[in-house]
Amino acid sequence: MSDVIDRPSTGQEAAAKSRLRIIDCDIHPSLHARSDLNPHLSKRWQEHMKTYGDHLRTPYIGTTPYPRSSPLIARRDAWPPTGGPPGSDLAFMRKQHLDPLDVEFGILQVLDLFIFSQQNLEFGAAIQRAVNEWQLAHWCSREPRLKASILVGQDDTEAAVAEIERCAKLGQYVQINVSPRANEPLGRRRYWPIYQRAEELGLPLGIHVGGYGGHAPTGSGWPSYYCEEHQSNAHSMAATLTSLVIEGVPERFPRLKIVFIEGGFGWIASTMWRMDQHFERFRSEVPHLKRRPSEYVREHFWFTTQPIDEPDEARHLRSLIEWVGVDRLLYSSDYPHWDFDDPRFAFKTPLSESERKMIFNGNARALYKL
Amino acid sequence: MPRHIVARTTEIPPGGNKVVEVDGRDIVVFHVNGEFFALLNRCPHEGAPLDKAACVARLTSPEPGVYQRSRVGELLRCAWHGWEFDMRTGQSWFDPQRFKVRTYPVVIEDGETLAKGPYVAETFPVHIEDSYVIVEV
Repeated sequence: MSDVIDRPSTGQEAAAKSRLRIIDCDIHPSLHARSDLNPHLSKRWQEHMKTYGDHLRTPYIGTTPYPRSSPLIARRDAWPPTGGPPGSDLAFMRKQHLDPLDVEFGILQVLDLFIFSQQNLEFGAAIQRAVNEWQLAHWCSREPRLKASILVGQDDTEAAVAEIERCAKLGQYVQINVSPRANEPLGRRRYWPIYQRAEELGLPLGIHVGGYGGHAPTGSGWPSYYCEEHQSNAHSMAATLTSLVIEGVPERFPRLKIVFIEGGFGWIASTMWRMDQHFERFRSEVPHLKRRPSEYVREHFWFTTQPIDEPDEARHLRSLIEWVGVDRLLYSSDYPHWDFDDPRFAFKTPLSESERKMIFNGNARALYKL
Repeated sequence: MPRHIVARTTEIPPGGNKVVEVDGRDIVVFHVNGEFFALLNRCPHEGAPLDKAACVARLTSPEPGVYQRSRVGELLRCAWHGWEFDMRTGQSWFDPQRFKVRTYPVVIEDGETLAKGPYVAETFPVHIEDSYVIVEV
């Protein structure tokens, strides 16, 4: 029963606090209501939102095609006592998450409003801009520990680049976020203007799992169960990694940094081994690649740790970490969602002090220049 | 084991719970179908507070298309990752060998018996006409 937590919490939490300040690379803030965005939307788009709403490329407008296991995908203890959805109340977020876990910096990842999935690209661009403003106005200006990402929809590449320009001038954002489920695989050249601008600006490109594009979330079609669909978070990210590497994005943009968010990391080693094996055999098909695929992964990509894999034996988790590389991993909690990873208990394998420092703080500090 | 008076029975409605601190531990007391269960208020997986767990039934399926609900309200479904625990034993449903929530014996006593003492939480006001939840820690 060595894994069992059955002791009083106070001493242990105090010890964790003195040991390490944490950079949490995946915190989800929420709107109270859509009308929160009105100050950041022109009258034209306010009217549009009210009259027409979302047009998505998937069925079931107003919910997700795969209802989640708990209301709003959230921890049941994360509903603010003041009302509103989980993640919508800064004071409660401080009290429940930022303060007790000693979060030094938290990177915001907004998922509201199917922000990357809007069929109407102009409406999509309008709400992306509104959400980008709202992050600063509602969160970052009130809580300096929280850092915003520039959200852009890559299928209107021109609008995306314009929004990146507008936001980058403000100097407040630490990352550019695009969806892993766009119209085409992310490595395709139509998206390269975004990668070029990210490289020039020195802003990492963040890719958070999920969202609903027009394609089934798995290569074999639409799953029957949430339990089954949730698996696609890993293998759709493996497909995205493969696309970016094999299409030559890191070769073409040698200073570009890419962060995979909420995909976990258990699948990365086998994806790299397989890409290397195929590259050795078929390199004449992809002569634009100058190096083994795993070399690009180990230099250009970072991976947030949640949802951490939980193999039966702790040493297997240790192996997964070593195969990816301690320098590639960024701790993330996914607060306030149900599959939250608690930094004190999620890593059920021993880590050295210096490894802990890298995963929980140092890697993110260097990457995001915090 | 010291016995602690932690609540009046009427204080915790069926399906509800109360968190009490005993010797520096958060203990959660559940009321299910007239019975009371006391468990440490921490999920053994990542430490989530169990008072926020959903009280669910055991759902099993012996064959496709056939479903059985049993032990209604006696299973805890953790507020975070949905791990299920048996309220009576604290045992994990999916990995009973390795995971368990610590449980504590509970008895119900009437105020008249309690008035004779001795009990630890003497500061808890006891009225002879009420009944009380006693947890042994």
